[in-house]
Amino acid sequence: MRATAYWTTTYKRTWRGSVSSSFLRPVLFLAAMGLGLGSLVDRNGSLDARLGGVDYLTFLAPGLLATTTLMVASQEAMWPVNGAVRWNRAYLAMTNTPLQPRDALFGHLVYMTFRAFTVAASFVVVMLLFGAVESPLVLLAIPAAVLCGMAMAAPMAGYSVALTSDSGFASINRFVITPMSLFAGAFFPVGQLPPWIRPIAYVTPMWHGVDLCRGLALGGIGLWRALGHVAVLGAFIAAGTAVAAVRYRRVLVP
Amino acid sequence: MSTVTRTGSITFDALSSSRRPGRGRRLVERNLLHYKVHWTIIVSGFFEPLFYLLSIGVGVGKLVGPVVGAHGEQLTYRTFVAPALLASSAFNGALYDSTMNVFFKLKHDKLYDAVLATPMRVRDVAVGEITWALIRGLIYAVAFLIVMGCMGLFESWWAVLALPACTLIGFAFAATGMAATSYMRTFEDFEFITMTQLVLFLFSATFYPLSVYPRWMQVVVECSPLYHGVHLVRSLVLGDIGPDLLLDALYLAVLGLIGLTIANRRLALLLTP
Amino acid sequence: MADPLIEARALTKRFGDFVAVAGIDVTVRPGEAFGFLGPNGAGKSSTMRMIGCTSPRSGGELRILGLDPDTHGAQIRSRLGVVPQDDTLDNELTVFDNLLIYGRYFDLSRKVARQRAEELLDFAQLSDRAKARVQTLSGGMKRRLTIARALINEPQVLLLDEPTTGLDPQARHVLWDRLYRLKQQGVTLVLTTHYMDEAEQLCDRLVVMDKGRIAAEGTPLQLIAEHSSREVVELRFAPDRNEVMADKVADLAERIEVLPDRVLLYADDGDAVAETVSQRGLRPETVLVRRSTLEDVFLRLTGRTLVD
Repeated sequence: MRATAYWTTTYKRTWRGSVSSSFLRPVLFLAAMGLGLGSLVDRNGSLDARLGGVDYLTFLAPGLLATTTLMVASQEAMWPVNGAVRWNRAYLAMTNTPLQPRDALFGHLVYMTFRAFTVAASFVVVMLLFGAVESPLVLLAIPAAVLCGMAMAAPMAGYSVALTSDSGFASINRFVITPMSLFAGAFFPVGQLPPWIRPIAYVTPMWHGVDLCRGLALGGIGLWRALGHVAVLGAFIAAGTAVAAVRYRRVLVP
Repeated sequence: MSTVTRTGSITFDALSSSRRPGRGRRLVERNLLHYKVHWTIIVSGFFEPLFYLLSIGVGVGKLVGPVVGAHGEQLTYRTFVAPALLASSAFNGALYDSTMNVFFKLKHDKLYDAVLATPMRVRDVAVGEITWALIRGLIYAVAFLIVMGCMGLFESWWAVLALPACTLIGFAFAATGMAATSYMRTFEDFEFITMTQLVLFLFSATFYPLSVYPRWMQVVVECSPLYHGVHLVRSLVLGDIGPDLLLDALYLAVLGLIGLTIANRRLALLLTP
Repeated sequence: MADPLIEARALTKRFGDFVAVAGIDVTVRPGEAFGFLGPNGAGKSSTMRMIGCTSPRSGGELRILGLDPDTHGAQIRSRLGVVPQDDTLDNELTVFDNLLIYGRYFDLSRKVARQRAEELLDFAQLSDRAKARVQTLSGGMKRRLTIARALINEPQVLLLDEPTTGLDPQARHVLWDRLYRLKQQGVTLVLTTHYMDEAEQLCDRLVVMDKGRIAAEGTPLQLIAEHSSREVVELRFAPDRNEVMADKVADLAERIEVLPDRVLLYADDGDAVAETVSQRGLRPETVLVRRSTLEDVFLRLTGRTLVD
């Protein structure tokens, strides 16, 4: 908890920027893609069945909820983690106290979860304002999105902690995060992808998060399907945290 | 008192800059030295618009169905959106190079302080960095145009003129971006630029025609500089040639020149206090 | 006497209402090593930036190499070498490329820039690090690279702003050795420092600066002879006792300074003073007899120590 305090303290200095982005971004995206582009999709109405019988805004919103949360959580696990080793050395300052490397990791993960939660919760508020919600289960989409975010952030923290140069992050964003958010079901159903690509989409935490959030927001998800997604995302988090704990120890206790 | 020093620093720069033109290319050379090693960053930048084309253009395009063009013709959605993504990639690329990268060199590495201890002048720094942003944008534009060609998304040979059009977009936004960057104090301030960038990217009739908006919003969008960039490139690629394209080009050119002037003045204030 | 390379009359720098440099007169002649000695905030760096033609003066006269910086900034800069206080090295380039591109900023041909870069790497003892990234260098190496970079255009004057601040003693000596060689080669050195040992080691002539003004000027020996006694006795008493004890020894010296941690007695024969102190049974915790330094000159002129 003391390790989390460091991050919440820095957040207190910068929260204005992130609040505006965590509210404004969803509004902008939902307005442009959901309403604007959506008006073209809905006019072409015969395809509604592919979207689960709802308008494009309602289809898109939970998908963007999951992608946005994942993006914010994994950003927090990139530069800040790497910087805490190489630049401001916050981790090193922590481990010079009785705190252990795994405390530094858990502290930061808790903070990432908090960030993911604020983003997901404000996104759902925006969804409600847009009327892009079909079921009260949408409230469960908040923790679902957080799970999705942490499923990426936990392994990412383990990756970032040992990097000696931050040039890899640009590639991760370009070749992992962006493609996941564009192709793993948020904007259009994965079923539209060529068959050989679909399996790749299915193994990403993004798809599990999108499908889970969408199922909850639209209300039609079966219990077992939901639990399946939760299990997969949980496995990502557990495995990611385990790997990260080892790598944190290796980097912070030379 | 501060006005005295301000005018002082501008004459300082202006007078010494009238002597020898064109050292800006030295900074381009410097960036080439850097990317000679990090060329993968340049290459990877090309994939972003490509992914958008495949996801939004092709993927969402299947849900959208045909779009009505400027003259009532039916277009596939991907044909409609591809030129907008081309214009946007010039826009995003130029902004990236002229904002974050410049800020880092300006405040963190203090690179320009070292540069200005040589015969290089503030104007050379501004022109050099903007030229570099243009070159990089141009590389992306060429690559993206080739992809569009391979996917059969050209409607006209006027499309070739999309290249100079993208250069113009790049100039307009690299200069504006650099001017805005000179006002930034910390990395958190960049939230303002990122948000503006996102608003322009999403709402400048990039992903859907202007006709989707109510009339009052159409007027607002028509003021957006990126709207003119998108309109220019889209019209060229689709072969809708008309005098209004000159207006688009003029708008972007004027924006760029204003940006360059401000960037020049502001950098002089910051770098030669 | 040769024409001065740098000539300033009533040179002033203001930032808004703040006066950083309050009208100073300075003349630097060819082949000299000239120093600005003073604490942080004395106006040394502002002066250096005006001389380096990267900051316009607010008032007074300034001629560098016979030219006016306001109108001939680029020409002057092409004949200067600048070692700024923060290294401002290009972190995105290798050690070698830092030198190469810097030569290009001076319009050297690629061939010449390459050749000089190699020679200077040798001079800076960095040849084996040519391909390394700047970030991997130690503080001393970065400093030497910055000096090498400043020499790429074979400058007539080398401006060094706090050349050894932040370096460990060993790295400082290596650096001083390199600067001394340059001086031997006839390069004019202009440097700022707040280390009196550095000023004594490197400078033929120096000015003591404080609060934007020049407090004194001369060779290190002249300054010491003029503003201090030959020797100094440093007495250290128990904490909080210095003030009281000072009264009991005040009559022994020409001048006395009470610092938070010690009492300084200025006298020509230090040993005699120390002897008397011990005869009086005052029992300071430590007694040190030493020669006067520029630090003492500064203390005399400003009432403050250089490094606070």
